[in-house]
Amino acid sequence: MHDIQALVQDLERALLSLNRNEAIKIIHQASTQSSPIEAACEVVTEALDHIGAGWEEGRYSLSQVYISGLICEEAVDAVLPREAPERKDQPKMAIGVFADYHLLGKRIIYSSLRAAGFELTDLGSGLNTEDVVKMVHKQQISVLLLSTLMLPSALKIKELTRQLKDMPVKVVVGGAPFRFDENLWKEVGAYATGKTPKEALEIVNNLTGGKV
Amino acid sequence: MNTMAITSMERVLKTLGHQEPDRVPMFLMLTMHGAKELGLSIREYFSKPEHVIEGQLRLGQKYQNDCIVPFFYGPLEIEAFGGEVIWADDGPPNSGEPFIRSIEQINHLKMPDARSSKVLQKVYKATEGLNKEVGNKIPIIGVVMSPFSLPVMQMGFDKYLEIMFFRPDLFKRLMEVNQEFCVNFANRQLEAGATAICYFDPVSSTTIIPRETYLKTGFLIAQQTISRIKGPTATHFASGRIMDIVDDIAKTGTAAVGTSTSEDIGMMKVACKGKLTVIGNMNGIDMRNWDRTKTVHIVKDIIRKAAPGGGFILSDNHGEIPFQVSEETLMTISETVQTYGHYPIQLSDG
Ligand code: B12
Repeated sequence: MHDIQALVQDLERALLSLNRNEAIKIIHQASTQSSPIEAACEVVTEALDHIGAGWEEGRYSLSQVYISGLICEEAVDAVLPREAPERKDQPKMAIGVFADYHLLGKRIIYSSLRAAGFELTDLGSGLNTEDVVKMVHKQQISVLLLSTLMLPSALKIKELTRQLKDMPVKVVVGGAPFRFDENLWKEVGAYATGKTPKEALEIVNNLTGGKV
Repeated sequence: MNTMAITSMERVLKTLGHQEPDRVPMFLMLTMHGAKELGLSIREYFSKPEHVIEGQLRLGQKYQNDCIVPFFYGPLEIEAFGGEVIWADDGPPNSGEPFIRSIEQINHLKMPDARSSKVLQKVYKATEGLNKEVGNKIPIIGVVMSPFSLPVMQMGFDKYLEIMFFRPDLFKRLMEVNQEFCVNFANRQLEAGATAICYFDPVSSTTIIPRETYLKTGFLIAQQTISRIKGPTATHFASGRIMDIVDDIAKTGTAAVGTSTSEDIGMMKVACKGKLTVIGNMNGIDMRNWDRTKTVHIVKDIIRKAAPGGGFILSDNHGEIPFQVSEETLMTISETVQTYGHYPIQLSDG
């Protein structure tokens, strides 16, 4: 039996020094606990939370957030495959890059949510309003996460949320423009915004009622 | 044009020498707004150097700007490499599908000749034309993407971080190609009449990489590249954070730094004192929402905290003001600098 907090600290240290093998070893160790999935996800989520919060406070950098997310996603996939019944029983969730082509923000949020045990569809990038409205309808998406990097792209979400008004979908937005203008998410009619993977996870947890 | 006794060039040079000129210099980094002046779409506007010459002259005059920016858009360098650009009606064009699709392609990557590149001629012509008009009265700021930041557009951010951390061989090769390209692009702009080069290097900011990585990568590349650029340089981090690397940046040979609204401008001024001129740090994205009162308040606050002693240029924090920012707001910024920016600064707290 390992102390969860000690594992979190070890994992955080391994991730920050980009020590992939060590990180994977720790996640495996966590998964040998009584409830493997819960333990692994808890350790991973906490370690990623610390790193994400450190980025927001200016202590860590984005490359550390990104690479940590990738390593954890890979390790969690090994203990909890994509089709595993233990993946959270959750409403249909999807993520995409709206009007832009910059994939990193989406990639980070996608990896972090998957590392926390959620499953979500990747809608790709360069999405326009028409595509998204169709996808939401066809795939019955109820939580839609959108990432943008350019201000004009962020502003275009306003028309999308207008068209989605009568559908049972919650639009969550993020990316640089939303970090530099605190009210922009409200202006574009989004349900919520998050600055870090941790905040994305909190929003998704609230929406899905999903705790591991 | 400026009717004061001292020219914008003299004002800027004095501030770069960490002395107080007549008033705080103001760099309104306006690019796309030139299209509005000429009644053209952004794409049409950037299709001809003549448009950029006319646009920059009109903007300079209108706002009493202390610099001229013959910058087109970052992804122009990607076009020079044969990559694609995606246009927008209301914002800067973006780089399209990265042209390095698999990392191994880096081994065979060919460097375009920046001097003869057809797409870059527009920049050289615009710079020459502007230099003919303003001579050495107003500084003309040429722009280059740093060899270290360009790869995000060449290959995508995820693949780039992968080679930066796990494939030193490919990283080294890509830096060699980009460095040569960057030095040629910068020097050709200086020959065309640019006064200084703004070296855009946001990937080096601690927003993106930790200092340990910077010291082994972006820092060394900046040092080598800047030493080969035959003119003064300023380094811009496009609103990324830099407080933890200020002393390192000073060692790259650059004269000034673009600073972010995410960091306190007063503390930044203290950290840079005598070493680097501080450029910044108005929040360009939020500027769209500023009314007159808020604009005056923010400009006065920045001047109060950062202007005393010289070594400071008022500007936005990204090095490019979004298309959505109104003429009224830009005019208010300019007027506030004219009113409250005279040395010695006489603004009190609150
Ligand atoms: C590094 C950088 C560059 C680099 C690389 C950019 C790239 N990715 O392609 C280079 C030098 C190439 C560059 C160029 C340009 N840039 Co630039 N750049 C930056 C900088 C410093 C970081 C951007 C970045 O990639 N961050 C990494 C991503 C992953 O961070 P992020 O999007 O914020 O994501 C995090 C959170 O927001 C959140 N998140 C993201 N998505 C989502 C989604 C959901 C649902 C949730 C909950 C959370 C979430 O999680 C992530 C991790 O915590 C920013 C300023 C800044 N301080 O952020 C400007 C910035 C993005 N650039 C900007 C611009 C305009 C440009 C140019 C178009 C300029 C020009 N005229 O040429 C060019 C062209 C870009 C292109 N690709 O074609 C603007 C865009 C906004 C605007 N003004 O419209 C910014 C915001 C600067 C500013 N303050 O204005 N840039």
